[in-house]
Amino acid sequence: MTYKPVLLANLGKANSHKLAVYEAGGGYGALRKAMKEMSPDDVLGSVRVSGLRGRGGAGFPTALKWSFLPKDHPGPIYLCVNADESEPGTFVNRVQMESDPHQIVEGIILSAYATKTTTAYLYLRYEYPLSHQRMQAAIDEAYAAGYLGKNILGSNYALDLFIHRGAGAYVCGEETGLIESLEGKRAWPRIKPPFPAVEGLFRKPTVVNNVETMACVVHIIDRGAAWFRSIGVPPNPADPRDVGSLGPKLYGISGHVNKPGCYEAPLGITVRQAIDELAGGVWKGRKPKAVIPGGLSTGVMTADELDTPLDFSSLMKVGCLGLGTACLIVMDETYSMMDFLYNSCRFYAHESCGQCTPCREGTHWSMMILDRIKAGRGRLIDLDYLAEIGNTIGIIPGTTICGLADGAAWPIKTTIRKFRPELEDYIKQTNPTGYASTEAAKALASGNGKPH
Amino acid sequence: MQTTEAQPAEASTKPFLSREIRSSIEAYYPRYPSRRAVVLPALHIVNERLGYVPLEAVIEIAQMLGLAPAQVQDTLSFYQFFPQDRPCGKFKVWMCRSISCSCREGEALMDYLAQKLGVRPGETTRDGRVTLLPAECLGACDFAPAMLVNDTLYKTMTREKIDAFVEMVQSE
Repeated sequence: MTYKPVLLANLGKANSHKLAVYEAGGGYGALRKAMKEMSPDDVLGSVRVSGLRGRGGAGFPTALKWSFLPKDHPGPIYLCVNADESEPGTFVNRVQMESDPHQIVEGIILSAYATKTTTAYLYLRYEYPLSHQRMQAAIDEAYAAGYLGKNILGSNYALDLFIHRGAGAYVCGEETGLIESLEGKRAWPRIKPPFPAVEGLFRKPTVVNNVETMACVVHIIDRGAAWFRSIGVPPNPADPRDVGSLGPKLYGISGHVNKPGCYEAPLGITVRQAIDELAGGVWKGRKPKAVIPGGLSTGVMTADELDTPLDFSSLMKVGCLGLGTACLIVMDETYSMMDFLYNSCRFYAHESCGQCTPCREGTHWSMMILDRIKAGRGRLIDLDYLAEIGNTIGIIPGTTICGLADGAAWPIKTTIRKFRPELEDYIKQTNPTGYASTEAAKALASGNGKPH
Repeated sequence: MQTTEAQPAEASTKPFLSREIRSSIEAYYPRYPSRRAVVLPALHIVNERLGYVPLEAVIEIAQMLGLAPAQVQDTLSFYQFFPQDRPCGKFKVWMCRSISCSCREGEALMDYLAQKLGVRPGETTRDGRVTLLPAECLGACDFAPAMLVNDTLYKTMTREKIDAFVEMVQSE
């Protein structure tokens, strides 16, 4: 794979986080260009033509999101940059903020300009102290250099950018949970509509974008939309609704690989290429058993599915939730899928925000079932209970307000569907005398008690 | 016992939050169009200075921001991040237990560290020096198993690195 990194071009340079180094590499050139010769609508137009889709997980077209803001609104309009990167297995925003914070700041200013925002907040998870330090230092440098504040680069455009630190809650990565948290409340996601573009932060029109999306905007303005479109997977001409998977992408690869790390490549490389060509292959000469393609919530793929491209449409075809964060977690042939399921269910039971009963109870019950299986009292029918939970919580079945419940469901559903024989063996071996029992199921059916 | 009740009444005239803490909180006011948005920054400021956020602090934050104490307490309790009973240890250790760290033996290392410190995950050592907290994904999967101690990320942990860390803590 011959590809020259753009988003990570400064990675590894000495003092890559300092303004002088960023400027020496052409940094803030895109902002100068925009301020000199582009209107906000021009910037939005370039992003639209580029086909940029949000890098946070859902892949929604960025310019389309921006265009939902009401026209000629008296303001203020807010931009929230989601740096609450908490999806298990995901760490690329951290690498970006630590190594190249000015790239993020420049992208935020350009995006704020395009959306006519005058105040932007970077919602940053608390567990990223070095990112906090680097981003704050970059913001301070940008103010001093006239890139932030009043009359940016001599124009009459003004923007303030503030960091708002989270406090360890996964749900703050959901855009309306983030907004509630920023307002000082518990981070309970809102029912949509109204969407944030219409009524968001402080009840004003608001855009929520991911850190990597901001970085992409810099290069779209700097190199042009055509350059961006020349990378990745073009739209399928046979499908008029397909907008393709264009541009460079950061892939975070971790788990049982030889070289875990953050890599940049075009959208649409295969899972196998990512593991073998970027991350140096599965460790210890072993074979892969399961791979999570884009953060825990996207579910698992089997070793037979590794030729699937990492783009916005292919992963659904193998039963995964989507591309997600494009951060892969690789599990080798020795790893127990019951351990995986346990780890996953524990995470969601801990992080369910508690607002919607199906998610709060479903994640908790799945954890209790797995606790019992791990304690040697599992029954085969428990897998059916787990699958039932997996099939009934989330936006897709229509039972919860936010999509994090779908994220909790997908690892359960895909693991049971794809690795059922292994899970059954585990239960039979750890509970040889009781694995076939269906007693609790009868009790449940007759209304006499709970499964455990 | 009743005679001691006069003490808190007298103490209540003196604010619990120091002048420095108050002015640090006030410095956040211009950033937001609503005072309520300052709740989380205020909780962080108190927690960073004192190691916890007791009810006295919650009440005074609420007074400062024009909120009911219950509103501040509601936000605080949601995050499970701000201890209220007693301060965290000087070393706040978050050991990642999520999937990328777990499949590289992170949970076994947490057990090892807990045993060396003589605490269970979630507890503070008897000398009050170290608080061990299980963490959900620290976003450092490229350095799994990862551990965050206050503002310092400990990368690619091993038993040897845990030994050295405990030794460092005990000699402090």
